[in-house]
Order: sequence, then structure tokens, then C-alpha cells
Amino acid sequence: MRAGAGGRVVGLMARHALLIVVCLAALYPIWFIVSTALKTNADYQADPTGLPTHPTLGSLRSIVADQPLPRWMWNSFLVTVSSVAVSTLVALLAAYGAVFGRFRGHRIFLSTSVALMVVPPVTLLVPMFVLMVDTGWVNHLQSVIVFYSGLLVPFAVFFLSRFFETVPAELIEAAAVEGAGPFTVLRRVVMPLSGAAAFTLVIVQSIWVWNELLIALVFLQNENSRTVIAGLTQFQGRYSTNQPLVLAGALISIAPIVLLYLAGQRFFVRGLTAGIGK
Amino acid sequence: MTHGSTRRRRHRRRVLWPYFYVLPAIGAMAFAFVYPLVQVVRDSFYAGNFAAPTWVGLDNYRGVIDDPAFRQSLLNNLKLLLVVPVMLGLGLVIALVLNDRIRGGRQYQAIIFLPYVLPAAAIGIAFSFLLQQNGVLNTALRQAHLGVLAQDWLGNSHLAIGSVGGLVIWQQLGFAVVVLTAALLALPPETAEAARVDGAGWWALQLRVLVPQIRPIIELLTVIQVITVLTWVFSYVYVLTSGGPGYASSVMELYIWRSFSNGANGTAASVAVMLLGMASVLIGVSLWVRRRADIV
Repeated sequence: MRAGAGGRVVGLMARHALLIVVCLAALYPIWFIVSTALKTNADYQADPTGLPTHPTLGSLRSIVADQPLPRWMWNSFLVTVSSVAVSTLVALLAAYGAVFGRFRGHRIFLSTSVALMVVPPVTLLVPMFVLMVDTGWVNHLQSVIVFYSGLLVPFAVFFLSRFFETVPAELIEAAAVEGAGPFTVLRRVVMPLSGAAAFTLVIVQSIWVWNELLIALVFLQNENSRTVIAGLTQFQGRYSTNQPLVLAGALISIAPIVLLYLAGQRFFVRGLTAGIGK
Repeated sequence: MTHGSTRRRRHRRRVLWPYFYVLPAIGAMAFAFVYPLVQVVRDSFYAGNFAAPTWVGLDNYRGVIDDPAFRQSLLNNLKLLLVVPVMLGLGLVIALVLNDRIRGGRQYQAIIFLPYVLPAAAIGIAFSFLLQQNGVLNTALRQAHLGVLAQDWLGNSHLAIGSVGGLVIWQQLGFAVVVLTAALLALPPETAEAARVDGAGWWALQLRVLVPQIRPIIELLTVIQVITVLTWVFSYVYVLTSGGPGYASSVMELYIWRSFSNGANGTAASVAVMLLGMASVLIGVSLWVRRRADIV
């Protein structure tokens, strides 16, 4: 016990110091986006790191009023909601069938899902783009919606089947004995239990779709069809001399995610690390 | 008689319904994965545009391997592998500190995880403004009379890929921290208690008792991060350097995108197949690690 109370205090302070430094490093770029978005270009040029001493909504207002940004936000919203709805529904049925139906080959089906989770989407890009050209869907939101939906299915199946395995089989059997068909059991027994898990899954998938760049960039090339993240990269080149304007756009694009995160941080943590924990 | 037939009917229904339930998912995977995977392998043996492709055998592969831009891109992906030990080491230290039931631990963790949920492209744009020649970082360094340290972080061909790596670490460190913290939290407290009673110091306790117990998770995390830096860094590179100067900070994904944008679809497909080969090996490793760690 030679280290004693003094040593313990020093150790504790060192730990807090480390964590505070890491937190500041994590927050600084986000603070940079927020503070720059509240400056005029002249203020920013004069002092890029300083506090916004005369905060103004000018940059935010002009990026919303004079640019297709609201349209891009709406596109991102439509794409996110549609692809997540489709993939969640498809995966819900499949995971239920695999875990409670235990059809022949259900194990192969589940491990195929795990393997497909890590296929890099860039390797699928060229054939899918050609397919979209053939169907005439390029520059239409449905092109990315159908592709995203398919890409999300393996993770959704993996996530939901892992959750279903924790549902006691007796509950299902009891309902089946009373003569309930599989769909009734799914609707009346399994779905009411799955609220938190389904919400977590929806959050993870939504972030993935909202943040995706490569596919959106390639499939949606005209000004009105872009998603907000792909649109931002256009701003980056177009307004390289007006960085507050670009970062005002960036701020608007990350705002929905940050607000959701503040509201339900545990769902994010649990969902995004689901591929790895037990 | 009737009894037997109802039983058979119920039996048949039990056997059939799961196939119907799983069918849409199989269809979706066939559409989004199987079709393009088969097609991309075919495309890699053809050249010319898609209206009139001509069979060229392995020429696309030969052309790619001889292309210095491709070799540079591959080399950069390999350089980015250095990011993995940094994230693991730093993540492990932070997770061990958080594991000491430190006051405010949940709040610290929430902040450290925040970058991971944000769009890489939006954050990358902010970093491009921070790191450019007359950007915020260099201005701050000059103001602090550390002007010698100011560098052209994005325009210098030796530094650009390092800047990309820094951005990857900044965004993905929180993932490692959260995964490792959760793994430590799940350990039974008895072994740590016993070691403490035996008089083990803090470092000995961490390195000899706790870290070995979460080794399976560390292995899986390593595989996942290797897959990420080899196949999932397009957004970072695209907004930070666009692969420049020249191809100095290009990666395989960006090379595929550039070839494809220039109409060289066969070239893009052949690089995609090579990337897929590397990914398959890693997918195999990850399935093996998962099975060994009993995670699937």
C-alpha cells in the first residue's frame, strides 16, 4: 500500500486526462463544422479557428434557400425509409422462418448471410449500374432503393435471427398448440417481443443508407436526384472559396443523425456493434 | 383415417411454410449479390463498352497489374493496414481505463462513439478544410510558432495517404472502444478479484488477466478492421484527396471508380474481382474466428 491515496489520485487524474483528451479530439471536428457554419465567409477567412463572435444564420439560410439542399434531404429521407422498410420486412420473415421453422439448409442460409455482410459493395457496382441503365432507372431513386434494400438484407437476417434465438421456444410452441398458424405466431407472439431489437436494427440500417456515398454518387447523377451526402461532395468542389457555406450543408446533413443519437444512444451502440459482440 | 390425414397435413404445413418465408430474402440476396458477383467475373474478361463487348481473356488483369496507378492503389490499401494496430492499441487502453468503473464512464463513451455514426463524407469535407495547405491546422501551428511542423497534409504525395489513415482512426476508434469495453464488462469478476487478492498491480492485472480473456473478440475486431481498411475507405479518400496528388493516395476502390468513370468497365471489373478474392480470404478467416470464438 505504498502507492497510497496520493498515488491513487494521480492515477485517477491521469485516466480522466486521457479520456478528456480523446473526447476533445472526437468533438473538435464537429465543433469546427458547427462554428464555421455560423460564420460569414469574411469572418472565417479572418480567423478560421476563433469562436463565432457574431454568429449568423446567413450561411445556413443561403444553403437552404438558394440550393437544392432541401430536395436532397427529402431524397435521402425517401431512400432511407423505403430501403430500410423493405429490408427489415424481408429479413423479419426470413429470420423467423430460419429460427423457428428450421427448414432444411437454414444453417447454410444463416452463414451465407454472415459471409455476404462483408462483401464490399464496390465489387457489385459495375454490373448493377449496367442493369440500372438497361432498366432506365439511373437518376431515379428506385435504383438505389432496390439495391440498398438487397444489400441490407444479410445483416438484417443475421441481427434478427440472433435475437430470435433468445426468444423461449416454449412461447412459440404454446401458441402453436392452441392452433395459431406461423403468421399469427409471428404477429401476436414474436413481433410484440421484438420492439427494441427491431428499432435498433432500423437505426443501424438508416445510418448506413443515409451515410452511403459511392452508390449514390454513381446511380444518381443529375442535380435533382442526388442524396444529401452525394450532393455535399458537389458543394465541396463548387464552393471551395466559401467554406462556411459548404459546412452549413454538412451541418444540416448530420443534424438528423446527431439528434437521433442524443435521443437513443444505447440503440446505436448496441446495433452498430451487433456484428461482433455476443 | 381422418386422424392420419390431418396429422399428415399439419406435418406438411410445418415443413413448407419456412421456405415461403425465406424466399423473399433469398430473392433479394440473389438480386443484390449473386447476380452482380457472377456478372462482374464475366465482365472482367471483356473489353469495350457494354453494347459491344469483346472477349480479351486475361488482358484486363495483365493491364491492371502493369499499371503503376493500380500498384500504387494496392500499396496504399496495404499502408492503411497500419491503422489497425493503432486503433486496437489505443482502443484497448481507453477500454481498460473505462472498465475501471471510472466516474462519467458512460458519458465519455457516448462522446468517443459519436464520430462513428456520422457520415464519413461530411466529416471528411471538414477534415479537408482543416488539413489543406492554408487550412486551420497549419494556421494554428504557425500561430503557435511551430511553423516548421506545418505541412501540405493533402497535397504532399508522401503525406496524403497518412492523412487518410488519420481520418479513419478518428472516425473508427469509438467502434473499437465500445466493442472492447463491452467484452471487458461481460467478464466474470471472480478472476480479476482473485488476481487482486494475489497482489497483482494494475498493469499486471490488465495485461495478464483481463486482455487474454477477451482475446477472441480482439481477433474478430482485427479481422473486421482489416476488411474495413481494404474495402471500405472510398468515402474518406474521395472527399479528402480524391486519390491525389496524381494517384499518390488512391486506393483500390477509387481505382475501380475512376476506371469505371472513364468507361474502362473491363478494367474496373478485373480489379473488383481481385478485391473480391482478397475479401473472400478475409471472410473465410472471419467465419473461422467467429466459430472458434463461438460467436455465431
